[in-house]
Amino acid sequence: MTAPARRRGTGQRVPVALLVPAALGVLFLVLPLGGLLLRTPWTSLAPRLTAPGVLTALRLSVQCATLATLLCLALGVPLAWLLARVEFPGRRWVRALVTVPLVLPPVVGGVALLLVFGRRGPVGGWLDATFGVTLPFTTTGVVLAEAFVAMPFLIIAVEGALRGADHRYEEAAATLGAGRWTTFTRITLPLVAPGVAAGAVLCWARALGEFGATITFAGNYPGRTQTMPLAVYLALETDVEAAVVLSLVLLTVSVLILAGLRDRWITGP
Amino acid sequence: MTHPAAGPASLPRHATAGPADSPPTAGPTAGPTDTGPTDTNPSAGTAGAGGTGPAVRLHRLGGGAVGRRVRTVVGLLATAALALAGCGVDRTGPAGDGGPTGTVTVFAAASLTESFTALGRRFEADHPGSTVTFNFAGSSALATQITQGAPADVFASAAPRNMATVTDAGHAAGTPTVFARNQLVIAVPEGNPQRLAGLADLARPGLKVALCATQVPCGAAATTALDAAGVRVTPVTLEQDVKGALAKVKLGEVDAALVYRTDARAADREIDGIDFPEATRAVNDYPIVVLADAPNPTAARAFVALVRSAAGRTVLTDAGFQPLSGP
Amino acid sequence: MTGPLLDGHLVVDRAGFRLDVRLRVAAGEVVALLGPNGAGKTTALRTLAGLHPLTAGWLRLDGVELDRPATRSFVRPERRPVGVVFQDYLLFPHLTARDNVAFGPRRQGLPRRAARERATDWLGRVGLTAHAGRRPRQLSGGQAQRVALARALAVQPTLLLLDEPLAALDARTRLDTRAHLHRHLTDHAGAAVLVTHDPLDALALADRLVIVEDGRVVQEGDAGTVTTRPRTDYVARLVGLNLHRGRAEGRLVHLADGCAVPTTDRLDGDAFVVFPPTAVTLHPERPAGDAPHTWPATVAGVHRHGDHLRVQLTGPVSTVADVTPVVAAGLRLLPGQQIWATVAADATRAYPVDH
Repeated sequence: MTAPARRRGTGQRVPVALLVPAALGVLFLVLPLGGLLLRTPWTSLAPRLTAPGVLTALRLSVQCATLATLLCLALGVPLAWLLARVEFPGRRWVRALVTVPLVLPPVVGGVALLLVFGRRGPVGGWLDATFGVTLPFTTTGVVLAEAFVAMPFLIIAVEGALRGADHRYEEAAATLGAGRWTTFTRITLPLVAPGVAAGAVLCWARALGEFGATITFAGNYPGRTQTMPLAVYLALETDVEAAVVLSLVLLTVSVLILAGLRDRWITGP
Repeated sequence: MTHPAAGPASLPRHATAGPADSPPTAGPTAGPTDTGPTDTNPSAGTAGAGGTGPAVRLHRLGGGAVGRRVRTVVGLLATAALALAGCGVDRTGPAGDGGPTGTVTVFAAASLTESFTALGRRFEADHPGSTVTFNFAGSSALATQITQGAPADVFASAAPRNMATVTDAGHAAGTPTVFARNQLVIAVPEGNPQRLAGLADLARPGLKVALCATQVPCGAAATTALDAAGVRVTPVTLEQDVKGALAKVKLGEVDAALVYRTDARAADREIDGIDFPEATRAVNDYPIVVLADAPNPTAARAFVALVRSAAGRTVLTDAGFQPLSGP
Repeated sequence: MTGPLLDGHLVVDRAGFRLDVRLRVAAGEVVALLGPNGAGKTTALRTLAGLHPLTAGWLRLDGVELDRPATRSFVRPERRPVGVVFQDYLLFPHLTARDNVAFGPRRQGLPRRAARERATDWLGRVGLTAHAGRRPRQLSGGQAQRVALARALAVQPTLLLLDEPLAALDARTRLDTRAHLHRHLTDHAGAAVLVTHDPLDALALADRLVIVEDGRVVQEGDAGTVTTRPRTDYVARLVGLNLHRGRAEGRLVHLADGCAVPTTDRLDGDAFVVFPPTAVTLHPERPAGDAPHTWPATVAGVHRHGDHLRVQLTGPVSTVADVTPVVAAGLRLLPGQQIWATVAADATRAYPVDH
């Protein structure tokens, strides 16, 4: 960046009425992170990072968040398309209902999941009786809990992108002989790819930090269902510094991944 | 809103502080000073239960500039929370009867919720003009709040370790005493469908067991008990607290969990608690102490005395504790 | 094959609007739907493409029924042998020019390679071989228009539809592209329907004009007929003529208030009479020889029009006159001024109202 450009970028033309709240917003969001850094035991950082449970929990967190995001993509993108493109009775209600996990306390979400997918739940009981599959206390359970909480983020982002996209491209594809499915995969999806990517990133970030639904539905067992947020919470019980270190690891990994993806996907054309 | 005029702190302060034990300078202006006379002057402490408490404490805590600021914020938040909780509480009592008056703030482990709430009501009945305010939470969270400057009179912990956090930081007035013990039981769904009799049954293949994580007291106790019994259990989950483990039993997701007897009893309808002999090897001691910065030490001592009295023991026994009488 | 390739009676009812257009297009014929904005031209085109269903009527193409609400038959757009050039082209932004053109052939079942070959061939025909690898946003307006044309033609449509194909171009590009488009329309063996509000495009590209106003066909015919014998004010304005309706008696067409326009055509009964603005002569005083084809007028406005001045006249006969600056200076034309107008008989044309 050249010097004149920098001068223009930060100069007087930014209204104070926007600059001040914006700066306060940054401080509000960044200061707590700074607080974590202040409490970080830098001298004992290395041995704490290489402690046995840390890497396991981190790997499990990233794996589960990624799988949950894939699940959300597989179910959420078609749902978003339906909500954005198809008029059907009760569409407003469906839209409201699928965003309920946004406002539901995650622990309640976890209980709700148990009531349906648990041993005594209608779906869980059937899965157990028919296939011998149980979901609570399994890694699959973690993925389900995270997907449950994170999917609304994806749906909202993708539906917004679909509504913003010019649907006349789809008409153009139809006149060229493309059926609805081909149009969706070849035209619609590529057109809203930035929106899908943004939604997936949001979804992934939310899944990575998920705690309440996970511990309620999937429990806490190292290597199987103990993700980083659960490890952080338990570390907080005994060793605040360990909790800080774990939080820092989670933060670093997520910020690195999010920043990397943002450059590649979100700030596209 | 029994006393609408009690809003400003200066009014009740003068009404409470008798001329004999409180110099006029101990009023609102002289109260919050760097030397912090409140803990050496009981009556001033009684009167000083208003919003100036944290500011006094702040200076005494010292430490780095940043640490001080952090503590200020934590202290202010805790004060604000208590002020909200105690909104409209009449902080005055009848002057001159010598008994405990005003508000006593008790920070107590979550497992004490039912029994301490009952004791609080009794305390208020025994001492007209007094109010007991509770902050129930996990012991470690409470210990953190106290060391960060939250204004409290009494701390009752579910584990000696969390109490040690507070005493090591110099926040306790005197030595903590153990007033109750809690011990583990095997929590099973009502009717004990798996017909479990003791710890050894928990190792049965296919049985789903929930334990607490070893970082929390009930998990540490479970590990001790299982080691004592020589039983190896592979739990399906290590819950973050007793309530979590109990919830898994209630929802039928696990067949059994090791929880405290008090928790099993609180959930009496759906849960049966099975005692086992090894439980005595892993008892959980509940220490209680009056805090050094107690705004109301007189009432604080009175409350601790009530907990350790015969009446207190009855309430604790009913809740499933094993009360210990005072020396 | 007898009869028109495209035969339709396009009826669409929407809140406050009804489209009712009878349309027939022969193989190799280019028909322009010409009309003001909001006349229903684009709606008509969308019914042809299957992007908008008919409310009533029918649509048949090459003997196949594409849409007939009465029998609930409807062929979806992707199954119609139709190619569309959209107003702002709608080239898929994530695909190269070649892949845009190959998209249709691929959907028709051509293998990837063959589809790309056909696309390359079509890009060559529109003179864009060198631009095959570019994305739409790297193309100029004229280039994008040609890619859109190639994309529509690459599916080898029986019916080619063009929606304002030149509207998005600047004047210079427009001239070139119009000539280029004309060549391809001439080569196109199927039927073509062009929607435009620009008479120049219509006249240059179409074999036949269908004038649509308020959802109805008000006039149709070849370019010569429409330009010389307009039947509505809209068409008359488009082709730059004064149009009046009156009663013909021999070589005179009587208009309102006893005014009359002389003509060389001998005619009787209800008639239209047209004359160019240059055929109107203005006089400061009533000319001698009180002929009925002189009428009083008030100057409503004067503005430049090419190298003439265009004078808006109101009065019993509202009309437009073009005068040279020299004449205008002599007349000292000012708004509100009273003058007299005459029109030369050899510059007017009269034709009956009924066909």
